[in-house]
Amino acid sequence: MSVPLPGQGIVKGLVETARNFVGSYVEKDRLVTVQYPEERVPQAEASRNFPFLVYDGDDWQKGLRCVACQICEKECPPQCIYIVKDTARKPDHTGKLQFQPRLFEIDTSVCMSCQVCVEVCPFDAIKMDVEYELSTSDRFNSLLLRKAQLAKPNQYFHKIHPAEAAEVDARLGADKAKAEAKAAAATRPA
Amino acid sequence: METLDQIKARVEAAFPGASVEIVPNAGVGGQRSLLVDHAHALDVARFLREDPALRLDYASNVTGVDWLDAVIKEKRKVKQVIAGVEREIEETTERRRPGYLEVVYHLYSMELKHGPLVLRLRTANRADNARVPSLTPVWRAAEFQEREAYDLYGIIFDGHPDLRRILMWDEFRDFPMRKDYVEPDDYEYEPTPHDDVLAKAKRHYQP
Amino acid sequence: MNSEPAKLENAPLAKPYELRPKALADGGQPGELLEISMGPQHPSTHGVFRMDVVLDGERVVKLKPVFGYLHRNHEKIGENTTYLGSMPYTDRLDYFCSLTSNWAYALAVEKLAGLQAPERAEYIRVITAELTRLQNHISLVGFLLQDMGASGTPLMYAFREREKILDLFESLTGARMMCNYMRFGGCRCDLPPGWLDQARQVVGEFPRFLDEFEALLSGNEILLSRTQGVGALPPELAVNAGITGPMLRASGVNYDIRKVDKYGIYDRFDFRVPLGDHGDVYDRYMMRVLEMRASLKILEAALRDIPDGPIMDPKSKLRGFRPRAGEVYGRIESPKGELGFYLISDGSPKPCRYRVRPPSFINLTILEDMCLGHYVADAVIILGSVDIVMGEVDR
Repeated sequence: MSVPLPGQGIVKGLVETARNFVGSYVEKDRLVTVQYPEERVPQAEASRNFPFLVYDGDDWQKGLRCVACQICEKECPPQCIYIVKDTARKPDHTGKLQFQPRLFEIDTSVCMSCQVCVEVCPFDAIKMDVEYELSTSDRFNSLLLRKAQLAKPNQYFHKIHPAEAAEVDARLGADKAKAEAKAAAATRPA
Repeated sequence: METLDQIKARVEAAFPGASVEIVPNAGVGGQRSLLVDHAHALDVARFLREDPALRLDYASNVTGVDWLDAVIKEKRKVKQVIAGVEREIEETTERRRPGYLEVVYHLYSMELKHGPLVLRLRTANRADNARVPSLTPVWRAAEFQEREAYDLYGIIFDGHPDLRRILMWDEFRDFPMRKDYVEPDDYEYEPTPHDDVLAKAKRHYQP
Repeated sequence: MNSEPAKLENAPLAKPYELRPKALADGGQPGELLEISMGPQHPSTHGVFRMDVVLDGERVVKLKPVFGYLHRNHEKIGENTTYLGSMPYTDRLDYFCSLTSNWAYALAVEKLAGLQAPERAEYIRVITAELTRLQNHISLVGFLLQDMGASGTPLMYAFREREKILDLFESLTGARMMCNYMRFGGCRCDLPPGWLDQARQVVGEFPRFLDEFEALLSGNEILLSRTQGVGALPPELAVNAGITGPMLRASGVNYDIRKVDKYGIYDRFDFRVPLGDHGDVYDRYMMRVLEMRASLKILEAALRDIPDGPIMDPKSKLRGFRPRAGEVYGRIESPKGELGFYLISDGSPKPCRYRVRPPSFINLTILEDMCLGHYVADAVIILGSVDIVMGEVDR
């Protein structure tokens, strides 16, 4: 075995550094820095940040899918969701009477983006947003998202999570068709 | 590894007078454990470590468990003769179990690659006599974990070389992992949407 | 001021007991002892960790680790939330390796409730866990070099590669670090289309990077002289002190829970468990590099063999999950050592006792023994080679 010259290892390391330095001009693989905010990394389909509420139709106050069942409030691990149920049923965007949340607030300073609320929601009403530029100048008040800030249209959901939104729409559509068929069968004279 | 009953028999043979008890486990795996008395705990621990068939040289997990005072209801089917006919009747017996703190050791063998054997020690009560012998002289792995059990549960380990608080600060006066621990009012003072936390914080911070 | 210089004989040495090595075996000149508090806000302490160090000149005479600055009583939180609710909290234990923490917790609950993850889920778990091991070890080596004074270069190279793995995690789980991916009896969602090819590409390119990394570091004379013979840990002490993971194997003890317990489907993979000889910082560094190569072998096989099929046990349910009463201890080989969860259920939706056996916390038990007699600058790299994450140490 030959005895390595002293300093050989350091020289070898320097060659490696030089290779990386030169390589960063030619190889995409070695120049990985993304110049945020001019450049942005494309969002993955599954990306998640904080939850938002999906609404159908045009009017967010009527079209919220949320029926204030409060399951997410109970299951939320850090307890950051706060819901007050309306006392009376109100017509939703299709005119059906439905319970709605009078207050729906999410404290994003507490929320840990775990997605448990999305998983437990039986109505596909709460989904994860991908918005990440959320800095505010007020520590408490602006980080508490109110119902108006949380409500976003279904089109927005389609924009950020296309595959998931298509799947949800297909499922909801099938459920609705089934319910209508059932209702039609029930009203048909025997 | 030998079965727990065999180990128990061997321990009892090695240390006459030691009280060794098998604690059942109703769970799916049914991993039972060995409850040892204080006077022989160190001897039993050394035996488990040194015995050539066991060689449990590695104490993986050491932790405290808090058991509050509880009323245990047991249902038994009893045959009784009522009005000349023998019937099975469910009888419920109630017994008060005084609370205690428990230390659980999960022992493995790195040499023979088997385990776990679960060793338990119990304190006499939860208040003035929450003491167990420390097994740190046998397994140093227990050093920080016993300190943690002392810190969070208030179990005093006799013979521990350096029994101080480890996670909480030295001036802290309570044992937060106990089931009856009440958190102070200023535990969470930031205004969250939950009214009860907010009300509590306001009560604490307003004169 | 005290005019009488403290004598070395009077130095407040650690209380002697079994297996503790003698401080200052080389017998330096007695001088004035200096007590300093390193941390908690110190760049070399990997977060908020403090060491109370007593120095004789530059040599460490006594070292007491102090922690708890990040303590939030994870175990109490675990006892106050449902079984599912604790899953995202396990991400925050070891925030470098959230997927292995997820797996350890899922494994314990599955043992408690008698659930069995389907085959595809087991493969996904192995793939994500080994990717986690890669990115943990690569960043650990980067941080270790940073502690040694190699300002930036190795760490930046390491992070460049780590980002590729984190991108994989993001497209699978939605988050780069707080994955919250595994569920009791399977995984939350199936692999997105094209993910496997992307993973194969990352795994295929990784060896080239490792070769470069080793050319940069492994033969470097400065690294050798800083690490060889520093912080040696004898195997008997390592076993007795419950050291696990690469640190234990660097001391030459062949104990890898993937081989011993064969949890999941690790019995299907043929991989080598690298072993060290001296148990010093260099062996611990080398152990990480060799383990990454072993992980790549597992990954190649797993990415080749992964079957189609369901990813959840049909018996498991998300809400209203109540395992029957009993207790269980489940453990896995996390990148830092043995990560175990000890759960006691009383049949309610919340665990009666929820205990985490954190590897990096217990691996700190022998920090003092390793540092005694070494220079204070070496104490920093010895700590770096332990591989701690304060989220797990303090819980």
